[in-house]
Parts: sequence; C-alpha cells; structure tokens
Amino acid sequence: MNVLSKSLGFSLGMILIFTLVANLLPQVEGEAPVEKKVDLGALTMDSYIALGETLFSGKGTCALCHNALGRAPDLLVMNVAGVSEEHLADERYKGKATSVEEYLHESMVDPGAYVVASFGKKGSNDTESPMPAVNKAPIELTEIEINAIIAFLQAKDGNDVTVELPTEAPPVVAVPAVGSAPASAATAEEALKKYGCQACHSMLGSESSVGPALNGIGSSQSAEQITLSITDPAAAIVEGFSPGVMPADFAEKMTVKELKMIVDLLLEQKE
Amino acid sequence: MSFKRVSKLGCIRSFSAFIGAFLLALLIVGVTVPSVSVAAGVSDTLEERISPMGRVHIEGDDSFEPAVKTEASEAEEVVPYQMKKPSRSDYPDIGVSSRAVVWILAQLHLFFGALVLAIPLFVLVIELVGFRTGDERYDSMAHEFMKISLTGFSITAIIGGALAFALFTLYPDLMAYLTHVFGAQMLVYASLFFFESFFLYTYYYGWNAMRYGNLKWLHLTLGLLLNAAGMTIMVMANSWATFMMAPSGVNEVGQVVGNIWEVMKGPLWNPINLHRFIANIAFGGAVVGAYAAFKFLSTRDPEKRAHYDWMGYTSNFIAILSFLPLPFAGYWLMAEIYAYSQQMGITAMGGILAWLFIVQAVLIGTILLAANYYLWAGMSRTEGSERYKPLIKMIAFVLVVCFLIWVTPHTLILSASEIAALGGSHHHLLGPLGIMPAKNIAVNLMLIVTFLSFQLYRRSDKVATVSWAPFGNALMVAIYVVAMVNVIFAGVYYGYFTNTVYKVGSSVMQVSSTLVVIVVGITLDAFLFKGAKTLPSYWGKVPDRAQYALFALPVAFTWLMGLMGYVRSSVKTHWHVYTVMKDNSPDNFIPTIGYAGNMITLVTVLFLILVLFMFWIANLSATKQPKPAVSADGGAA
Repeated sequence: MNVLSKSLGFSLGMILIFTLVANLLPQVEGEAPVEKKVDLGALTMDSYIALGETLFSGKGTCALCHNALGRAPDLLVMNVAGVSEEHLADERYKGKATSVEEYLHESMVDPGAYVVASFGKKGSNDTESPMPAVNKAPIELTEIEINAIIAFLQAKDGNDVTVELPTEAPPVVAVPAVGSAPASAATAEEALKKYGCQACHSMLGSESSVGPALNGIGSSQSAEQITLSITDPAAAIVEGFSPGVMPADFAEKMTVKELKMIVDLLLEQKE
Repeated sequence: MSFKRVSKLGCIRSFSAFIGAFLLALLIVGVTVPSVSVAAGVSDTLEERISPMGRVHIEGDDSFEPAVKTEASEAEEVVPYQMKKPSRSDYPDIGVSSRAVVWILAQLHLFFGALVLAIPLFVLVIELVGFRTGDERYDSMAHEFMKISLTGFSITAIIGGALAFALFTLYPDLMAYLTHVFGAQMLVYASLFFFESFFLYTYYYGWNAMRYGNLKWLHLTLGLLLNAAGMTIMVMANSWATFMMAPSGVNEVGQVVGNIWEVMKGPLWNPINLHRFIANIAFGGAVVGAYAAFKFLSTRDPEKRAHYDWMGYTSNFIAILSFLPLPFAGYWLMAEIYAYSQQMGITAMGGILAWLFIVQAVLIGTILLAANYYLWAGMSRTEGSERYKPLIKMIAFVLVVCFLIWVTPHTLILSASEIAALGGSHHHLLGPLGIMPAKNIAVNLMLIVTFLSFQLYRRSDKVATVSWAPFGNALMVAIYVVAMVNVIFAGVYYGYFTNTVYKVGSSVMQVSSTLVVIVVGITLDAFLFKGAKTLPSYWGKVPDRAQYALFALPVAFTWLMGLMGYVRSSVKTHWHVYTVMKDNSPDNFIPTIGYAGNMITLVTVLFLILVLFMFWIANLSATKQPKPAVSADGGAA
C-alpha cells in the first residue's frame, strides 16, 4: 500500500505540474470566423477600409504569413501599390492584370500568377505559390471582402483607393461541382421539369389532380405568397388538399436563380 | 486449482473482448448500411426507409398518392451523393459539450489502442531473441508482457464501441459522410477485430503449448499475424483522421471522385502511420516499465527484484530507443502538413497553437531527464561504470542548458508598462533564443547526449578486446564532436544569418547529424564489443529512487500524447473535414491551452486508473488462495 500511495502520489504530482504549466501560459481561444452582414446602405469608404483591415488579420488569415517572420512578403511594412507596379512590370509576371487593383485581386484568387522571388513552394523554383486562393475553402472570402482588403492595402500607404464601394450583394453562385453535381436550370421550364412540379400541378398544358392547379395563379397570388408556398409548403394549404404531400426541401435544393425563374413564370399565369 | 482459476479469468477476458469487438462491428455495420442508403441519394422519409426499392402505403395515411414517375424524377435518381452541410441545430444537445465527451473517449481509446498494438510488437522481438539465444528469461519476460496487456485489449474494444456510439450519436452528419466516403473499408476494419482476437488468444494461451522446436516457429508466426492484424487496424483508422485533416479522393464539394485507395492515401497518411507506429512502441515500453518498477518496489525478495530490475531496464531500453527517432518522424509529419497547407502548418507552429510547444518542451525535457537519470542510476549495477562517471556531469549540464533554451518563449503577451520596462516587445534574450533555430540546436543536442548516456550504459559492463578498439573509440568521439559542431553551426549560421528558406533546410542537416551518431554508435558498438570481456553486473542493485524515473516516463508520455492529439485535431480549425465539411457545432472553436490541459489531465488520470486495474487483473491470475484448513469435525477451521 505504501508503494502504491507513493507511486500514485508521484504520478499525480507530475500530472498536476504539467496542468499548471498549461494553465500559466497565455490563454487564447481560436474562434471560428463569424459571418457578418454588411449594411451596404450605411457603408462608407472609411468603414470599408476598416473592414478590410479586420479581414486581413481575421477571417482572411493574411497576417498569419504576411508578417515580419519572413514566411511571405510583409505587406504591412511595404508600399503595396508601388511593389505591385514593379511586379506587373517584371518579365516573370504571367497574369492578366493591368492595374494595381487587378493585380492585388489576381494575387488573392490566383496566387500562382506571380510568385515573389524566394517565396515559392519548396522545390518549385518560385513557379508555385504556397498561398491558398482566398475565395475558396478554407478561407472563402467573398468578392466584397476581397475588395475590402484591396481597399485597405491601397489606403494604408496613402495611395488612391480605386475599388468602388459595393452597392448590391453579389449574385449567389452555386459552387460548381467538379464531377457530376447537378447544374442549375437555365430556364423556368427546365427548372419545373427538374423539380417535377407538373407531376402534381396542372399547368402549362399538363394535367394532374394531386396538387392544386396553377394555371391562373398569377391573378390571385403575389410573388411573396408563391415563394412562401414553394419554400414552406405547409405555411398555407389549399382547401381540399392534404398537408405533407409537397416536398418541404425545395428551399435547400433550388438555387436562388431557379426559384426566381419559377416564381416569375407562375406570376405570368393569369386567367 | 491455479490452472482452473487462470482459465476462468482468461475465458472472461476472451469473452469480454469478443463482445466488445462484436458490439463495435455491429454498431459500425448498423450505422454504415442506412448511411450508405442515404448516401445513394434516397430520401429518408418513413415510407422509403421501409421500402427503399419503391414506395409503400402506410395504413391510415390517407394523404398517400401514387408517385408519378416523370423524366425529371428519373433524372433525380442518378443524382450523386450530396454531402449535408450541418447547421447548428443538426447537432444534438445533450447538456454537456459533445466535443468533451468524444475527446475523453477518443483519447482513452487511443491510449489503450497504442498500448495493445505496441506490446505484441516488442514481445515478438523479445520472444525471437529468446528463441535464437536459447535464454529462457527472454521468453518468460515476453510472456509476462503479454499477460500484463491482455485486459487492455478488452478495455480498448469496450471504449472503442463507446466512442463509435458517441460519434454516430453526437455528430450524425459527419459520420454519415465518413461512412459514405469510406464505405466497405469500415466493415473490413470491424472484421479485422475478429482476426486480431483469434491470433491474440491463440498466441497468448498457446505460449507454453508451442514453446520449443518447430512449434515455436508456429507460435512466432501467430505473433506475426497478430501484429499484422493490429497494424492494419491502426493504419485503416489513421486514414480516417488524416482524411479529416487533408482530404483526398474527393472534390471540393465532398463528392468521392477516387477509389478507396485514393481516399486513404492522403498526404498525411504515411507520416502519421510512421509517427504513431514509433510512438506506440515508446509508449508501450514506458507503461510496462512502470509495471516492472512497481513490482520491484513492492518486493524485498532479491531474486524477484533482480527479475523486475532487468524487466524495467529492458522496458526503458525499448521506450528510449523508439523515442529517439520520434522527433524526426514528427518533423516529416510537420513538413508534409506545411507542404499540404502552409496555413495549417503555421496555425500549428506559429499561430494560436504555438504556446502548446512550450508545454511539449517541458514534457519531452521531463522524458529525456528521467530516461538519462535512470541510465545513470543503473550504472551502479556494474563495476565498469566508474570510468564513465565524469561524463555524466557534462551530459547533465548540456541537458539542463538545452532544456532551458527549449522552453524559452519568443513572444510574450505584455502590458504597456512591461513593454516599456523591457525596452521592446521582445526581451534581448527571448529574441534569439525563443525562435526555432535555437530550439532545433537544443533538441538535437539533447538527443545526442541522451544517446551518449545510453551508449555509456551499454558499454559499462564490457571491455572491448578487438585490436582496433582504440581506433574505434577515437572514431566514435570524433563523430560526436563533428555532429555536435555541425548541429550548432547549421543552427547559428543558417538560422540567424540567412533567409527563411535556408533556415528550414538547415534542420535537415541537424537531424542527419543526430541520426548519424545514433546509427554509427549502434553499428560500431556491435563490432567493437564482439567477444568483449564482460564485467560483473548485479541486477537488483539499483537505488529505489531510480524506479520513479520509470513512473515519470509513462506519465509524461501519456500527457504528451494527449497534447499532440489536441494539436492534431485543432489544426483543422472550424472544419470537420478540412476545406470540405464545416464544423458548425457549438464547439467549433480551438479551446485554450489551459482547457486542453485540464482535459488531458482528466483523461490521463482515467487512463492511470484503468492501467492499475489492468495490472491488478494481471496479478490476480497469479494469486492463489491457500486451501482452508479442515477441522476435526469436518468443517472449515
């Protein structure tokens, strides 16, 4: 028992020392990026530049490498616009940009277009960049966010900010699936066919009594009501029809474009 | 009577392990099959779950209408698997952190998994050594090692079953996706438990039945097959972890575009396989060393003390020899992580997790100091060790200085007044000593002098008799000097006077220098001490305090494994499957090092308790109750 208590006491003592060391160190939590809604109406260029600065060290994770430790060019201490012009004039440059703004955008979404000497991937002789495309996973910056960072990089050295303030949200683009993911329908008719609407609803010459006929729906329903009926079929049930028959997952399956095309087409169906 | 008791215990153990393996297999099969159905794009409505080949009419459900098969619905049937992107509400809320539950179970499973995979590996080698040398002590020790670990197999299976249950319950969408991606590979994994159990029990219980002659070869083959099954299980499970860190064989929206082999052989798979393989052996050696130390301290019988002293020494030998190349396997892993994603590499080494490596330095420093101390104390067993004692002070000095450099932090979180008092954000010593080049020099020197301790210990009971002994010794000294100078030069010159590219490249030179010392040292001594004069060695003649070094090793190893588990999982940041499936659970943040430390301590203590239980069971089989004396009237006295 004596041996057991001594050996256990010794082991637990060591464990506590390790725990103490871990608790004495600076305690930092790595939060997941939080998607913030930008109020485009209230956005000024100053707040847009400030957003860019936040993104540079936050969601964009730019500061992880672009710092004084030498992993990547230290953008915070150099005149980014001036250096960009030098890169554009370099014979090694193989991108399509013609201005500083375009160059900065290109360097974020296609970092391999120009690799700064000695910062290429190991063994690639500066032909490949270790930097990920910021518009793709894991960073996933939106176009508005990329432009905010460009605005910040231009403004921090007193250069002219050439990016324009965003005025509308970028169109929702379905991520193109490499392989055989279903593509977004090109026309409203194609979308109706894709989701099998005419299998249950009489419309555009088709006949079915499973769901309510939609031939004259444009005369009685607004765009909002039709949208709601598609995305949340249980919200309102036409008399004589049972709830739960219509699939409830169209909101997840349809692209915004498809939904809009279908609603527009249905609005045109007047008696 | 004793035999009967052993058999009974063995049966219980066999039964519980089989039940554990069976439950795990059943759970995986049970969850895989419906998941694959969902994966095939089939809706999970009640009707279709009942009749996946066509719709059924549920009695009393008047809303049913026959489905009209249109061209569009036919097109939908061939729609490929769409990975579900879980939202916050898709994660069950059980009142406590789901991540904490999985963390505890996964880490415990890994501890025991590592233990029971490692022990049969070195048991097989020890058995083979015993067979080839004819020294039965090796054979008995190998058998005893197996006896100690036997309950561990059952514990591993039971915890593994609980872990699978927790994962499928708490992270249903992630597990549905993983079962879709890995599919039948998971069934193969589950079925391997039956093979492993079969080889385990025939290997252990057939030990004495197949002890000599050709039957011994059959027994060794069973051991080999046991290890083959165990290793296959390990690398298959590793592929799940590495897929989540660096997915391969799938496209950016998670659809499988390659075969199962392409899914498994991601960029981090082999580095993790090698790292875990080596680390498991070091960990297993350290745990059985603690058993030997405990038994040594618990007895006053000189014969038993000699036996357990030798057992402890062998365990320490296994642990340290496996531990020495481990940093290099770790280096390869980190290099591959950087090559896969520089962002991920920096998150681990230079970002939010960087402080963790200070704790790692404390742990590895503890391991190296404990291992060296055990070797120095063990030198008292032999008369020939006197000639090496002056070197011990030098080794101790190098170890302590290097340890202090290793734990020197680079960046401190300071208040404005502290920055002003310091004259800048970096102390004039923290600047140069806190960065990786200094730490690389320190860790390589620590490994070199630890090998020196090890080599001196091995030499202490021998006197070389070959004619070229003076030349051999001089060569060894020269290799040590050149290697240490090279480590320091490469670190200082390339680390402080060139740019980052050369800085990284210099560590390859340092690692090579250290490896040359180890490889040449082992090879040279094998020839140098062939037919050497052996000096008397007294097993059991070692101070009791040396045994505490054997307790320090497994404790530090266990905590270190927990810490590395934290960093391995955290580098994925807020992703379940990096760049493919986001983690939207309430726990999708990297916890603080303090929280992680508390979790690791909790799991380490639980592991300690279960290991004590495992040792107790191992001893129980050797305990014999004395037959009650019978009184004159026929009753028990």
